[in-house]
Amino acid sequence: MAEVRFNIYRLNPETGGDGRFQEYKVECEKGDTVLDCLNKIKGEQDGTVTYRMSCRSAICGSCAMRICGHTRLACSTQVSGLLEIYEEITLEPLQNFPVIKDLVVDMKAYWEKIEAIMPYMVPDAGEPVPEKERLQSPEQFDTVFEVATCIRCSACVSDCTSLEADDKFLAPAALAKSFRFAGDSRDAADKERLTELVKEGGIWDCVRCYECTQVCPKDVRPAEHIIQLREKALNNQMEKSVGARHVLGFMESVGHSGQLDEGKLPMFAVKNIGAKISMVPIGIKMFLKGKLPLKHKPIPGAEDVQRIYKKLEGE
Amino acid sequence: MRYAFFPGCVAKGTCPELYQSTYKVAEKLGMELVELTEATCCGAGVMQAKNTELTDAYTARTFALAEEKGLDTVVTICSTCQGYMDPANKTLKEDSEHLARINSHLSDGGHQYKGGVQVKHLMWVLSEGQELENLKGKVQKNLNGLKVAPFYGCQILRPTYALGYEDPEKPSSMERIIAALGGQAVDYRCKTRCCGFPIILENEKAALRMTGRSLLDAKENDAQCVVTPCPLCHLNLDIYQKKAEKEIGAKLNMPVLHLSQLVGLALGISAKELQLPKHFVSSSQVVSAVGA
Repeated sequence: MAEVRFNIYRLNPETGGDGRFQEYKVECEKGDTVLDCLNKIKGEQDGTVTYRMSCRSAICGSCAMRICGHTRLACSTQVSGLLEIYEEITLEPLQNFPVIKDLVVDMKAYWEKIEAIMPYMVPDAGEPVPEKERLQSPEQFDTVFEVATCIRCSACVSDCTSLEADDKFLAPAALAKSFRFAGDSRDAADKERLTELVKEGGIWDCVRCYECTQVCPKDVRPAEHIIQLREKALNNQMEKSVGARHVLGFMESVGHSGQLDEGKLPMFAVKNIGAKISMVPIGIKMFLKGKLPLKHKPIPGAEDVQRIYKKLEGE
Repeated sequence: MRYAFFPGCVAKGTCPELYQSTYKVAEKLGMELVELTEATCCGAGVMQAKNTELTDAYTARTFALAEEKGLDTVVTICSTCQGYMDPANKTLKEDSEHLARINSHLSDGGHQYKGGVQVKHLMWVLSEGQELENLKGKVQKNLNGLKVAPFYGCQILRPTYALGYEDPEKPSSMERIIAALGGQAVDYRCKTRCCGFPIILENEKAALRMTGRSLLDAKENDAQCVVTPCPLCHLNLDIYQKKAEKEIGAKLNMPVLHLSQLVGLALGISAKELQLPKHFVSSSQVVSAVGA
């Protein structure tokens, strides 16, 4: 291969500031990963470049960083693949974390959120303790297999859109970890877990943008498991949050008329009077612009849709 | 070409300008859109949290309606419809037991989905092959280098395993259309980020920050307008733009067009017919730049 340009984010904690990018040129060989090149830079050009690394086998999760704008493991990302899309390789620290130095971030908030979701099994206290381990069938394990493969690299947290906009959001790694237990046949603390998860910053604050699923190097698919947690919350009649009411109002509207009544849904989902009032000016302007139909019309043949709804969802 | 047309709830509700401009564009391009008037909502990823059997049944019913009209391509004009109907279709086609069970819910209504339909967003239809050539040939008002920021958002790109039409890291379908119209596509980081709409009711502040950040990114990269294939993105980027300005403390004043409207302007359709005045943020500067 040839000489490749690396643009690396540098931040010296002693001088502080916003950091800067420093350019390095590396002679790359076929098969080189980003981590191989970082090691060449550190070993041969500039020993002060700082990053985390350990296993070099995509198992430890240490070397996650933003590579050309998306979070990936440096050890499992081939330079040749990146050059098919990018002319140069930009390396930045994980997003949504404070930077300690160069490509190293402070993971404290990550671990606090993991701790907040009760990251341990809570068996049924009423059941006798078995002599050996608590068994489950291969099918039962399949439910949680994906989330059990998480390597805590934080790629999902780094690229999480909701977290970027609101640091209270628990974020995909902790929520997927929560499903690791809430979805496990041996766990009996569903209700306790879900009661916390339906609060502000929990499952209903995810935008379903699938950035987390897209960047996860282990195919954990956090977004899909957040949706499963929502399903569990609804199945446990946790229906008071705006998120839950959003789903229920949506279901009822479509089940009845075949199409969503966009004017009615926000007023149903949001119960807080102040929040309802704050929606009025936009509603009036939409109406004046002809963007809010006065009467919601059912689709032709809505009876068939109602029949299917009744069969699959009950009354 | 004849296509089955699934406009979705938003184009029939809060974004009627998208519905009308799509028909105007189709007429100019000689595309026949056969609307599936009896089709139901796709569930928008909201209903999927409660009952995927139900949303799959609704979606299979929509596809069956297309088959009954002898049509094999369902055209959507909403990224969310595309993002949920496309993966559902893949599962229905790949898993015959699942298809049979879903069909058992439809049979009393006289519908059966045979698995012979593909679902394709208008953006994808126009961005390739003959339709792209046809589009190029019918441009009457060249966009004249107009700097257009394509806003893909989420649902039409991710996750790859469920959609896979183009690389979410480097999508190009909208860029191809913008180039065909004589415009200049602006590259900016936020073009594949979420607009915030899915949590506008749950966490308005966070949703507005997402909206503001994306529009500011487009503005800082010299975009004259933003164009989107998703009416839900349009709602947040347009009607919530003033609120987003307050939230992020920056002036935006960024016109946001539906993809059909941008195409329509280049095809010589008037701003009035494309219902551009329905937008909260005025598109008049775009209209005068194009000379429409």
